[in-house]
Amino acid sequence: MVEERPSKKLYHRHFTRNMVLFVIVVSFVPMLLVSGLLLYEYSISYHEKLYAHLKEVVHRHAQDIDSFLNERLNNLQFLLDSCQNENLHDESILQEKLFQLQQKYDGVFEDLGLINEQGVQEAYAGRFSLEKAEYSDAKWFQEAREKPYYISDVFLGLRSRPHFIVSVKSFHQGRYFLLRSTINFEAFNSLAENLRIGKTGSAYILNRNGDFQTKPHYDMFSSNKSYMDFIKAGKKAKHGIYIGEIQDASGSEKAIYLAALLKNEDWILVYQQEKKEAFSDLISTQIVAAVILLFGALLIVIMNVLLFHKVINHITEVDREKEMMNRQIIETGKLASVGRLAAGTAHEINNPVAIMVQEAGWIDDLLKEEEFREGKNLKEIERALKQIENQGKRCKEITHKLLSFARTSDTPIQNLQINEIIKEVVAISDKTSYTGISINTYLDETIPSIYGSQTEIQQVLLNLINNALYALKKDGGKIDISTRLAGRHVLVSVEDDGPGIPEANLDRIFDPFFTTKPVGEGNGLGLSICFGIIQRMGGEIKVHSTIDVGTRFDIRFPLKKPMALKSENLSA
Amino acid sequence: MPESQDVNEKKIKVLLVDDEKSFVEVLNKRLSKRNIDVTMTFSGTEGIRALRKVDFDVAILDLKMEDMNGLEVLKIFKKIYPKMEVIILTGHESEQTAREGVKYGAFAYLTKPCVFEQLYDTIKKAISD
Repeated sequence: MVEERPSKKLYHRHFTRNMVLFVIVVSFVPMLLVSGLLLYEYSISYHEKLYAHLKEVVHRHAQDIDSFLNERLNNLQFLLDSCQNENLHDESILQEKLFQLQQKYDGVFEDLGLINEQGVQEAYAGRFSLEKAEYSDAKWFQEAREKPYYISDVFLGLRSRPHFIVSVKSFHQGRYFLLRSTINFEAFNSLAENLRIGKTGSAYILNRNGDFQTKPHYDMFSSNKSYMDFIKAGKKAKHGIYIGEIQDASGSEKAIYLAALLKNEDWILVYQQEKKEAFSDLISTQIVAAVILLFGALLIVIMNVLLFHKVINHITEVDREKEMMNRQIIETGKLASVGRLAAGTAHEINNPVAIMVQEAGWIDDLLKEEEFREGKNLKEIERALKQIENQGKRCKEITHKLLSFARTSDTPIQNLQINEIIKEVVAISDKTSYTGISINTYLDETIPSIYGSQTEIQQVLLNLINNALYALKKDGGKIDISTRLAGRHVLVSVEDDGPGIPEANLDRIFDPFFTTKPVGEGNGLGLSICFGIIQRMGGEIKVHSTIDVGTRFDIRFPLKKPMALKSENLSA
Repeated sequence: MPESQDVNEKKIKVLLVDDEKSFVEVLNKRLSKRNIDVTMTFSGTEGIRALRKVDFDVAILDLKMEDMNGLEVLKIFKKIYPKMEVIILTGHESEQTAREGVKYGAFAYLTKPCVFEQLYDTIKKAISD
């Protein structure tokens, strides 16, 4: 049993580890699945919501910009329609119209010019002196004369400032003219610049060549992207908006973008924002969820480990108890079989011993006859015969004791006050023959009575006290006898502070014929008889001993009368 | 047995019933020496047969014999001749048989090995009652 312990421990450790892992997996998998699913769904809906919002914003801005441009064209068209062509050649009228437009649209129009087929500006109103300016080679003019309405890209032009031109073509007397106006760049720029969200969310406009049409506010990711890149890389969504992601040079910082086409797809309005910022709410939610998850996981692990430790401790305790019980059962079984054997042997021995004793008696009878009276060795023969008789008696005592631990009790089972019995036994125990030994009793007077045979219990207590006295014989010491209620038992402890019992002997102490006393002083039956008596009463006797500290015998007497006092059928 | 035919009214007649032959023989010698008329039998049936012929004063009866249980023999003895006292002398000491023996009318219950004087005194006591 002892050598089993390490493997049992190992088994327990294995068991704990497996169970902890199992429970952790079982509790983690659904937790991770559910939280993963929730986070995933949340992330998707958050993406959708965010993109929907941004799409709306970008779309509206694109519309605003488009309508701004269209309005400018309409302004010019209206001007053309409302004035005679000739009038517009008059610079003072042009000046007046410009002034009116500037008044009405808060400085959006910077100047007005009327250009003939050859690209010569015939009339001009504005801050710059561009009268008779020659535009025939200008790119915008070449494009503008092909179309009834035209809006140029932003360029530096003659005045070396970013600006763009809107122009409307008009026919008059077989010739056509272009009415053009320079649009204030700042006014236009602000249309795109207004689209600002957070720290990094900003918008700009690109033309087909990838040139900026507005001043980019936040120019982090734009360098390598052109107009077509956005369209190609992005995913087309509602209202002709393209959605995608861009990476910076290092490839780590990511940004999202939404692009909307403008001005008959000549321009593109790009809104971009760092992903980190755009999804900051989502990210912080994810972090919180991760922390909670981690914390929960940690809690589960800790709880698991603690719980299983507790369970294992409990199992170990139960195992230990079971093992002890097994031991006791083995002990009892051993005693029973030894008892049966002893009883049989005892009976068989009695007969030959009886014959020997009687034959010795017969010799003694014969010696009394006349002829032997004068025998030289008569005295010696008589002594020898007496010795045979005495040894026969001794054999009988041994067999009697052997039988008694297998025998049912002869005295009636009755209600007993164990304290009273202890007092009596202490009073009669032969302590006077030992010096320096004291017997102290610590008796709980409130303990209930027990059922048993008075003589048997006396025998048990006397046996234990005599053993303790024997242990203390050499060096003296004290014997403490205590009683108390322990659960559904009355616990009687007999404790001495003697030399203790070596561990090797502890297992055999209740075995019949086991004794450490010199030959002739003890027959090794005392404790096995005690064991048998207590067992039959449904009680329990245990020994605890430490070398050089002392020995304690604990006897537990059951309170309730056992269903049937076991009458072991050990006697013949 | 020739001695028992010489009817001496004062001699106590004892029936020994025990399958331990040596034991019966040595007891026979020791009791005879003390002027007791002993009949030796070595089984229950022999004992019963002997009792049918002679009225003994006392029977010394073993309990565990090969052919019969001593208690059964006791019951039969008591039926055949109730006046005879029966002393049980057994090596198989047990309270239960002792109680039963007394119940069936045994005079005494002694265990082997027993001191001869005790047995002798018991016989004396049995016939004086």
